[in-house]
Formats: sequence, structure tokens, C-alpha cells
Amino acid sequence: MAKHVGERMKRVEDGRFLTGRGTYTDDISKPGQTYAVFVRSPHAHAKIKSVNVDSALNVEGVVAVYTGADMAADGVGGLPCGWQVIGKGGTPMIEPAHPPLAVDTVRYVGDAVAVVIAETKNAAKDGAEALEVDYDVQPAVASAVKAMESGAPQVHDEVPGNVCYDWELGDKDAVDKAINDAHHVTTFDLVNNRLIPNAIEPRAAIGEYDPAGDNYTLTTTSQNPHVIRLLMCAFVLQIPEHKCRVVAPDVGGGFGSKIFHYAEEAVVTWASKKAGRPVKWTSDRSEAFLTDAHGRDHVTKAQLAMDKDGKFTALKVATVANMGAYLSTFASSIPTYLYATLLAGQYTTPVIYAEVKAVFTHTTPVDAYRGAGRPEATYVIERIVEIAAREMGMDPAEIRRKNFIQPDQFPYETPVALTYDTGNYQASLDRALELSDYANFEKRREESAKNGKLRGVGLSCYIEACGIAPSAVAGALGARAGLYEAAEVRFAPTGTVSVFTGSHSHGQGHETTFAQLTADRLGIPVENVDIVHGDTDRIPFGMGTYGSRSLAVGGSAIVKAIDKIIVKGKKIAAHMMEENADDVEFDDGVFSVKGTNKSLTIGEVAFQAYVPHNFPHDELEPGLDESAFYDPNNFTYPAGAYVCEVEVDPDTGECTVEKFTAVDDFGNLINPMIVEGQVHGGIAQGIGQALLEGCVYSDDGQLVTGSYMDYAMPRAEHIPDYNFDFTTTPCTHNPIGAKGCGEAGAIGTPAAVINALTDALRVAGVDNIEMPATPLKIWQALNANKQAAE
Amino acid sequence: MSHAISMTVNGRSVSATVESRTLLTEFLRDNLRLTGTHVGCDTSQCGACTVHVNGKSVKSCTMLAVQCDGAEVLTIEGLANGEDLHPMQKAFNDHHGLQCGFCTPGMVMSALEVADNNSDPSDEDIAKGLAGNYCRCTGYENIYRAVKAGAKAMGS
Repeated sequence: MAKHVGERMKRVEDGRFLTGRGTYTDDISKPGQTYAVFVRSPHAHAKIKSVNVDSALNVEGVVAVYTGADMAADGVGGLPCGWQVIGKGGTPMIEPAHPPLAVDTVRYVGDAVAVVIAETKNAAKDGAEALEVDYDVQPAVASAVKAMESGAPQVHDEVPGNVCYDWELGDKDAVDKAINDAHHVTTFDLVNNRLIPNAIEPRAAIGEYDPAGDNYTLTTTSQNPHVIRLLMCAFVLQIPEHKCRVVAPDVGGGFGSKIFHYAEEAVVTWASKKAGRPVKWTSDRSEAFLTDAHGRDHVTKAQLAMDKDGKFTALKVATVANMGAYLSTFASSIPTYLYATLLAGQYTTPVIYAEVKAVFTHTTPVDAYRGAGRPEATYVIERIVEIAAREMGMDPAEIRRKNFIQPDQFPYETPVALTYDTGNYQASLDRALELSDYANFEKRREESAKNGKLRGVGLSCYIEACGIAPSAVAGALGARAGLYEAAEVRFAPTGTVSVFTGSHSHGQGHETTFAQLTADRLGIPVENVDIVHGDTDRIPFGMGTYGSRSLAVGGSAIVKAIDKIIVKGKKIAAHMMEENADDVEFDDGVFSVKGTNKSLTIGEVAFQAYVPHNFPHDELEPGLDESAFYDPNNFTYPAGAYVCEVEVDPDTGECTVEKFTAVDDFGNLINPMIVEGQVHGGIAQGIGQALLEGCVYSDDGQLVTGSYMDYAMPRAEHIPDYNFDFTTTPCTHNPIGAKGCGEAGAIGTPAAVINALTDALRVAGVDNIEMPATPLKIWQALNANKQAAE
Repeated sequence: MSHAISMTVNGRSVSATVESRTLLTEFLRDNLRLTGTHVGCDTSQCGACTVHVNGKSVKSCTMLAVQCDGAEVLTIEGLANGEDLHPMQKAFNDHHGLQCGFCTPGMVMSALEVADNNSDPSDEDIAKGLAGNYCRCTGYENIYRAVKAGAKAMGS
């Protein structure tokens, strides 16, 4: 049988997407459905004095109006947070209530106050417009740093000073001593800009209640339908989990923003029973800007200590992380266990101390966005290392080489709680320098200078912890869930195979990659494999797709189920061939017996499994259908080296990425075409963060960048020439040897771009530009220095 | 106020009575159930709703259905010939020019206009032709490759 692993196989899912036959949530209509529009607060902070629902109910076509009080009266609970962070001195984080519809106070612009349900979308909009809410506007605070100041407006009464938790990791005394004893200490203060994820498909949800069976169905734009079902049933609506089906059909991009359990999902599900009709809600883009969880938003102070040779001796980091108004599903874990634990980077820094204060503000909740904590960590490390090299008069590549963890040091235990299983950082960097023609950069700089342009080069050597996560480790660190993955592999009697996976594809191409993996392992034609995902009624269980975990964890669960299929197949084959199961071997779709010419294809065995006319039933069950849960032993550690070259026009301040080289180590690859596509997209989002994207709130909490008119994302024109390659150190602890590739681009890129930009601007005396480095900021920095010099 | 309108959509004559405020995109999605045309924003900037009206690409979220009375409309559903993909659709598949697929219908419809104007478009032609289309997944790299290959195949 032809082998598919490693092949650039074209995607099987493309056909429906290219012909308009994809089925996204908003494409689905239920018989008798109604339309929901949410009434949202225009104020960042206000007391709700009264809500007059009659004004909306009088609008023609309005079926019902529900408020937070109605939900509270039905005993509906708040949206839960899935990760408990324990702060300094054993103090647990403070978790204020997060009602799906606000009851007496609104805490960010976009906080929902009521839902209007009508016969048509326009009637619902008209009703929402007519609904009268009387607000008592209160002072608000949008900046996390300002929210910690004394006298700052308070977001929640139960969180004095607005600090959700004050958490630390590492040996503070050892770090302070090393900094004190250092030959040189580089200090760097930075802002990691707040981002709005902006998957192109806006969120949508349809709730449907069937009184015949007392069953609920929620169709939603989710990356993890089982998790939504669990959280919504157990915590919010308190309905039996087996009476609720959650379907996540085709989903148009997620990037983290569709992991979380959102209020609208619970509201439409609850309202569908209350109104006795299916209830459909589709976000528009303006609503998405206000209500999809945002990402990043850190303010950080860092110090890197080194000896006279540039060998790092300590790193100290203090970060203030904006949580927004409420704790979103995984918000608490992002600036702690997905951030500070990565601060060793690719280096042997012996002692590290990190301190993180998570702060509530009157802004949209902040949670995981592509990379989630790891881009923030990489930005701290790779910027400060670059600055250190400049201060020490060393080549940025040389200072990194001097500090890399060496291949013979794996498994490597970092001072921030992780054990890297494998890697070869020097190999990635060497290849990236070669591909990018780093050696001849100065010639290109001179060429640019001749044209009046400033050219710079920047490196970024990132690491990430993916394949989230060993449940025991996650649990010890505060996760309230296990983070395994589930799969079921089912043969039909005619030999075709359905694979039910708890991973969810919203662009990643699982229907292709998982089919390649399955076909090879079973030795069957790839077209005989169907990958099924996104439906809690069809799939045994699932933790979903995020954290670059689908292949490493979800794929491993499939492999584990396939292994069980082969064990069972051997028993059936042994019975059919009248041999001992221990003597049956399986290779490339064929069961055979050593030393004989007896053999059977897996298709023949599958058929017999379902036509068991002579099975000894006390020894052998009919059927060929196995499921498995895979819980990883460790995280995986994708890593790589990026080299970016930019050119700046000093007259306009415009910075263009001229050349981008990425060398990644993702372990073993199943479909290199899909992997490259993931890296392209990640790099584009990283360039977006570095040069274009920045969420801006006014001081009083109004979202200034609330549409595509105000929030700039990369378009086709912003994309440079890419150079790509891979180095490979297979993951040592999963059966595929894969590490994950979905987030790398977004993690490694921002530091590479800003390192290049600041290298370009050095000649003009500019040593830092905060992201996004817009033409205005760059022009102002260049001109401020010019004026100062005059 | 309601209006009786007729138009040809993907070669099929359709007639309906619509409200004045009905957008072309709503008419396609809700009245005709042609849900391949997507809505990704409310400020005419994402391009996911791009269709062709009388041979020109337009953002169907920015046109009223009544404005298309008597027009020829082509959507993503009208491109393939049975199960045979249009050369531009095939090029997007060949070059992995799509991931989640949500921007794809609009991207393909815009790409068709690039190809109609030039069977050998440069990077600059493509950047200009796709300036009104956001893709958040692909980083555009493979979309460039797809548009070039699609334009070439259409021209031959």
C-alpha cells in the first residue's frame, strides 16, 4: 500500500470549501427558528438601574426578551474559569461571578444586559434598539497598571485593588544574588500589545430544545465542543450532560478565541427551552471586537544578568497581565503556566524568577490567542537577549550560541518547572543563518542605505511547550480538567474506516493529516478513511484543539486506538487461520503467520468481525471498533530560529519586512504542505502583532479600535518572501514523534521583526519601539532623536 | 417597503419580493440559501462576501438586492462545472490556498477578477487585486501561488 505520511497530500476538505458547500454555524437554519440579538452596555462600568423590556416586546415580531434577572431566577450559574492559580503565600486567585447576562452591574463595553428574540433578525435588531436600559455610569479603568493604583475604580467589590492573583515562580534570592554579582545586567521594559484575534468567521450559536426527549442541542463555533458541553451543563445551566449535544460544524478559524465557553452559548440554549423555539445568534464584526476574548496585554520589566563572556547567569521578570473584566475560561493559566514556565527559552540560564500580577479592568476578557503566553515569553527573552548582545558588543547569533542548551543535555530540566525532552537549537540557528545569507547582510544594508533606506536584521530563537498537556502536571498546577485526548477507530464490515477524534479542525486540515496517519498505520487506501469531529453525540469525548495539540495528543490517541484494532484483528485472524494469536504478525494491512504462507488482509478480517458465523463467543467478540484515551507523559517542545530583515523609509516611517527565514523543528511531519501553511499563517499574525495590530482603549474603557476601519491586520501586500526549512528531533514520548506546529509562527515572529527594526534604527539612536511599530511611531522616534540632536 | 425583483443567479432565473433594506448578501444567503457567500464584517472590508455582478466583483454586503434587479450574479456555487472544479478553484486546492475556508469563496471570486484582467499577474497585481480580502489563516503566501497558477490555467 502506498505510504502517505510525509507526503504533501492535497486536502480532502477543500472540495466543499471551494464550492460553497461548507457548513458553518450561520449557514444552518432550524425549522421554526427565532433570532437573538443581545443588548450590550455602551458603558465600561455602570450600575443597571432598570431595564424596560416592554419597549422591546412592543416591537412587531419580537417573541421574548430575557434579562440577567430572568436567568438568575431560573438558577442559571456563572461562566466558570478552568484553571485555579495559587498566588504567593498560598493565596488562591479571586474568581468573581460572571453571569451570562449582567444582573446589576456592567463591567465592559459589550457586557450583555438582555437578549431580544424575534421572528426575524431585523425584528430582533429593532427590538434591541427599542429596549430601554437606565444606567448609572461609574468611573472605569482600562489599563492594568492604572487599575492597581490606589484610588483606581474597582471592577469587582470582592477584588480590592483589582488584583486577581499575585503569583511567582523560581528562586528569587538566587536570582537577586546573581544579578548583584553579574558582570553586566541588561534591563528591558516592554509592553506586549493587546490583540483582537479576529477569526474571519464571527462567532455564532443556535440553541434547540426538544421537549419530547428533554434534550438540548447547541450548534456553536467552537474549537472544543465537549468542553463547552461540560462547562455549560455542569456549571451554567445545570442540566444533565447526557441530555445535551454540542455540535461544532465547519468553523472558520479560531486562533484560541473559540476555545472558551461564552455567555451567548448558554443564553441561546437556555432561551430555546424558555421560548419553545430554536434560537439563533450570529455575531457581527463590531460585536466580535467587543466580545471575543482578546489576547496578550502585558506590561513587563525584565533583567538579564551575564558574566564577562556573555554567558547568562540569571533572568528576572515582573509582569502585569490584564485579565479584562471577568476571568475567561483559561485566562488565569495564560500569563502563568503558559508564560513564566517558558522563560528559559533555548538557554541554560541557571536561575530565573518571575512574578506575575493578574489584574481586572473594565475591558473585554483576555484569554488565549495563538501562542497564548508563549509569544509573550519569547518576546521578553528574544528582545532582551538581542539588546544584551548589542550592549556587550557581541554578534546576536554568537551570544545565543554561547548560551544554547546543547543536544547532549537533554532531557533538560529548566529552572522554571519544565523538562525539555529533545532539541537541537544550534542546528536550527545555523540553518536559518545559512538560508538567510546572514553573512552578507551588511552588503544588503549598504545597498539599502544607497537608496536612502535603513535596513536591519533580527533573530528570534523561540521555544514553546505544546501538546497540552500531561493531566497530572496540569492538575498539580491548578487545571480543573484533564488534558488528554480521545479517539475511536471503527471499521465498517466492508472495510472502510471512520475515525472519531476529539480534536477539532477549524482550518488545520485534520481530515487530511489524520487520514494519512490512519491509512498508513492500518495499511488501507487513504480514501477509505473518514475523519469525524465536532459532535459530542458521535465522538466519545474530546478536549479539543488549541495549544498545537491536535497531532501530538489527538493523533496519538488515534494511534493508540489503531493499536487496539490491530491487537483485536490479530485475534480474529488467528481464529480464521486456526493459528495462535501470538504468532500473527501485522504489516501494511496484512495479517500473516511466521513460517507459513497464511495471510489475510485487514479488510477480510474486518468483514469476518461483523459476520462472525463461527466465533467462539466466550473468547472472541464480534466487531472491530476500538476507542482510546491518550494522556501525554510530557509537553512537546517545538523550537526554531527565525531571521527577519526589514527596511525602513525614514521619510515616512514605513517598515517593510523584506525577507523572512524560518527554520522550525516540529519533530516528525505528516503533511509538510499543511505544516508550512500553518507556519505561513502564524508568521503573518506575528508580523501583524509587530507592525500593525494594536487594540486601543480610551482611558474610560471605550474600545477605540472597534472595527476593521481602526484595527489593522495583515493583507496580501504585507507579506514578505519567505524562506523555509525544517530540522528534526522527533518528540521522544509520543508514538508519532510529532511536536505540533500551529503556533510557532505567532510565537517566534514578533521579536524577530522588532529586533530587525531596532537594528535598522540604531544608526539614528533609536533603541526601542513598542508594538505595533506603526509608521507614525517609527517616524516620531526618528524625528524625536533628530530634534534632540539639533 | 417591499419590492419585486428578478435576477439571474448562477445561470438560474430567480424572482422574489424583498424589503428595501435587504442586502444582496442576505438575499443570496437567506432567500436563495446560497450560503457559500459569507459575511465576515460589517464595514465592507473583509471581502468574504465577494460575488460577481454583471461580470465585476462586488462586495455583496455593500449592495442592496434591489440594485441587482435584472442583473447577472455569479457566486462561488456557480463556478464548478458539475464535479469539475473551475481552474481557479483547482489552483487553490493544488497550492493549499485555503485553511478554514471561510474567506475562500470571496478570495476566489476576487482572484477571478485578477485573472480576468491578466493571465500572468505579478505579485503587485495580486496584492492590489486582493487588497479588499482578509485571510487570517494562510498568511497569503499560498494564495499568491494559487492565483498565479489559476490565472495561467484560465489563460491557456
